[in-house]
Amino acid sequence: MTPLLTVDHLVMRFGGITAIDGLSLQVPHGAITAIIGPNGAGKTTLFNCLTGFYRPSAGRILLHEDDGSERDLTRLKGHRIAREARIVRTFQNIRLFGGMTVLENLLVAQHQALARASRFALAGLLHTPGYRRAEREAIELARRWLAELGLTAFADTPAGALPYGTQRRVEIARALCARPRLLCLDEPAAGLNPRESAELKALLTALRDAHGLTLLFIEHDMSVVMNVSDHVVVMNFGRKIAEGPPEAVRRDPEVIRAYLGEEDEEAADA
Amino acid sequence: MTAAALPAPSPLALRLRDALVITVLGGLLALPFIGLVTVEEGGALAVRTRWGAWAMTLVAIFLGRLAFRAALDAWRSRKPSHKSAAFSSTDAVLRRAAGTSLLAVALLLPIFFADNRYVIDTATTLGIYVMLGWGLNVVVGLAGLLDLGYVAFYAVGAYTYALLSTQFGWSFWAALPVAGALAALFGILLGYPVLRLRGDYLAIVTLGFGEIIRIVLLNWTSFSGGPNGIGNIPRPSFFGLPFARSAEGRTFHEFFGLEFSPMHRFIFLYYLIVALALLTHALVSRLRVLPTGRAWEALREDEIACKALGLNTTTVKLSAFATGAMLAGFAGVFFAARQGFISPESFTFSESATILAIVVLGGMGSQLGVVLAAAVLVVLPEVGRQFADYRMLVFGAAMVTIMAVKPTGLLARREPTVRLNPSRSSAP
Amino acid sequence: MGYALQQLINGLSLGAMYGLIAIGYTMVYGIIGMINFAHGEIYMIGAFLSVLTYVLCTALGVGPTPLVLLAMLFASITFTALYGWAVERIAYRPLRGAPRLAPLISAIGMSIFLQNYVQLTQGARIKSVPPLWQGGVTLWSADDFRVTFGWAQLTVVLVTLIVMAGFAWMITRTAFGRQQRACEQDPKMAALLGIDVDRTISLTFIIGAALAAVAGVMTVLQYGVIDFSIGFIAGIKAFTAAVLGGIGSVPGAMLGGLLIGFVEAFWSAYLSPEYKDVATFSILVLVLLFRPTGLLGKPDVEKV
Repeated sequence: MTPLLTVDHLVMRFGGITAIDGLSLQVPHGAITAIIGPNGAGKTTLFNCLTGFYRPSAGRILLHEDDGSERDLTRLKGHRIAREARIVRTFQNIRLFGGMTVLENLLVAQHQALARASRFALAGLLHTPGYRRAEREAIELARRWLAELGLTAFADTPAGALPYGTQRRVEIARALCARPRLLCLDEPAAGLNPRESAELKALLTALRDAHGLTLLFIEHDMSVVMNVSDHVVVMNFGRKIAEGPPEAVRRDPEVIRAYLGEEDEEAADA
Repeated sequence: MTAAALPAPSPLALRLRDALVITVLGGLLALPFIGLVTVEEGGALAVRTRWGAWAMTLVAIFLGRLAFRAALDAWRSRKPSHKSAAFSSTDAVLRRAAGTSLLAVALLLPIFFADNRYVIDTATTLGIYVMLGWGLNVVVGLAGLLDLGYVAFYAVGAYTYALLSTQFGWSFWAALPVAGALAALFGILLGYPVLRLRGDYLAIVTLGFGEIIRIVLLNWTSFSGGPNGIGNIPRPSFFGLPFARSAEGRTFHEFFGLEFSPMHRFIFLYYLIVALALLTHALVSRLRVLPTGRAWEALREDEIACKALGLNTTTVKLSAFATGAMLAGFAGVFFAARQGFISPESFTFSESATILAIVVLGGMGSQLGVVLAAAVLVVLPEVGRQFADYRMLVFGAAMVTIMAVKPTGLLARREPTVRLNPSRSSAP
Repeated sequence: MGYALQQLINGLSLGAMYGLIAIGYTMVYGIIGMINFAHGEIYMIGAFLSVLTYVLCTALGVGPTPLVLLAMLFASITFTALYGWAVERIAYRPLRGAPRLAPLISAIGMSIFLQNYVQLTQGARIKSVPPLWQGGVTLWSADDFRVTFGWAQLTVVLVTLIVMAGFAWMITRTAFGRQQRACEQDPKMAALLGIDVDRTISLTFIIGAALAAVAGVMTVLQYGVIDFSIGFIAGIKAFTAAVLGGIGSVPGAMLGGLLIGFVEAFWSAYLSPEYKDVATFSILVLVLLFRPTGLLGKPDVEKV
């Protein structure tokens, strides 16, 4: 499998704490990669580095373009990663524009295209045909993703008023509207009930198979990880301790120790 | 466990006790300021007591607290029934009707008060505040940025017109866009270093900036006339026709074959501010439904999510800040032209505070609310001196109360900028 | 040389006051992450209370000057602290977890309210009292110029030093200090460990107000002239001091206060007194532009 993204000896320090300590990994193109690991392993920090919220202390993050060239994302400003590298993320603690409707949320995600069509708001103020077309297309894209994620009924509802599980889906729909090449999901199954969790699994596979998207997600729910991912990276203390297909990782003694270490000690005490 | 055995105190007893505690605390707070006062006597300060006023304050606090608790409880128990999450369209119809009738009143006012300079003048002042309120609403209500020095941009507009017209003979209409652009430029120059940082910093820097502009205008005498200000600012003409009894060219009343009346100019100024305000309203409402405006609101809701979606938050903030500044600049030009005289006195922090109070009381983001709040703020002081004295006291307190009771202002009744199912909306 | 030394002394006593006010900003910022815009007004209230006490003492014939100073400090600190507490309870506590603009607006509303409240109850005119102490030590004299350290200035510096020492002791050595620092680090964790976060926040406001009250007394002592609007500019300057020192850092606030005091004294003396406020404000913008963490502040990592 060809990689879409290569993380090369990434280091992220905060004062005296090293949250990511020389991490290297590859995100394969058109596949689902899961990142697992105990709390505090540095998973969300990795996401923050990938999506430009943090500037890494050392190391490189390379995006492999379709033409074979490479682009170093660590030099790109935060908002340009979503805009130019088209790496879009969701958040562990959902970050929707709560006062705005679901449809508006999805249109904000298409701000680049719309703003360009509105030409510094001038064409928009004059209501030119070009702008009207761009707006129609944006709504159309939003409508398609809403339908695909079963959210059409909530389109005109303020996002903040929706139930938790629905908000998670809206956040994914919003990220999809930004036309991502790499979609990063931070604990998408957190707080979902079993039915919603099953729907999520179906959605993730559909995004890969039907839409050819590359997905990277952080998850604690092992049933989701084992069911949908093609590739699993295990992190602990800011390092990669294992990597491979889900079944292999599940049997890795290092992984078992990272996850179950304390229980082992308890067993020994008993 | 023992507490459970005791009879629970009645709600009334609880309320009374609560009010009593508040009264004791409030009485302590009020003692050195209301109960005692320092007055100048024979060149030195002396202390006088005002026990009567203090006792009345205690009574007022006690009754006020009781009433406040009762109102709060009533409001909270009413809430669940009102919890419809979807935006109701009847609400939009109501507001549209209110807006239309307000517009009709605004347009017809001079017909009914053609001879009443006082009413027209007050209405013109109201128009300025409505325009300023709508301008600041872009920054505070839509983009969620707290600008505490808004009056500085108003001053930039006013001084730009005053200087361009008195020094270089520019006309009102020529100076208007230049002053707006200059105010926007000031907004960008000030905003750029600060908007990248936390929102609180913006608030304090704009607060300082408003003060700096005033200090500079006060001290740079050769430029701004210092405390004496700038006088003899030309009044706007009716497309070249001056409002005068006689002039070199034709005057307004000669051209239209009317008898000269000084009211013509006041009525013209009134319609001018109404037109400027309506233009502001049209611009802001239109921008709100464009990507720019949606980005402003998204920024208010969650800045981090904006970044994650590829929005350049600095640009978004700057555009809101500059738009607000530009509108204040326009209002400033009108203010200078209407007064004919400006001085730094007109651009103090209390002006900024008044405009902010209009936006906050009107419900941030609501255009109609701004009109109503501005009406209360401008018209009440005209009704009586006591209102004028207590105006800012009451509005300061109201700002605190509104934030505590309903911090989102009227945002809950926000009209969506776009609908997937337009058929369900009443708006065309 | 002598002139410069005099400015150094003036700057020192001025900076001591800014530092005292700045600590209130920085502590509140540290614990609830917001600027307490009403803090300048709290300082103004402290100054009014000390004028009131001074005049009362004179009327009652309270004797020696140090006793008057103690009475002023006591009354001003007590009532100002009560105001600080009330401001937090009324304007900030109901807003925990509200949209981020709400507490800022509430703070501004509170500031407008307090300023108008004092103006309406005590009058808009300047209040002036005769100096508590006259004269001072002549440090240096040459030709016709004398460098004096006025008794009032000396008192300001001494009282500030004592108050600061006591405050430093409280923050580093007492249970409250530990709780305060714990809440700054992580309020949720602090609550889990049994710290009463609300009470700690209340105490933070009370202490900040008490320090502002001391600054108010010092203002009356040094200048003897106040009015209802002094809190506004002093607030902006003290905030600048807090940002310059690194917001959230208590030693930074003191350092920033001193620097601002020096800048203001020297600017007034050598350049133009009219633009001294412009000078401090420019410092604020420059610091925010080039070193937003201030001199002693820690980098602020955005929580995502």
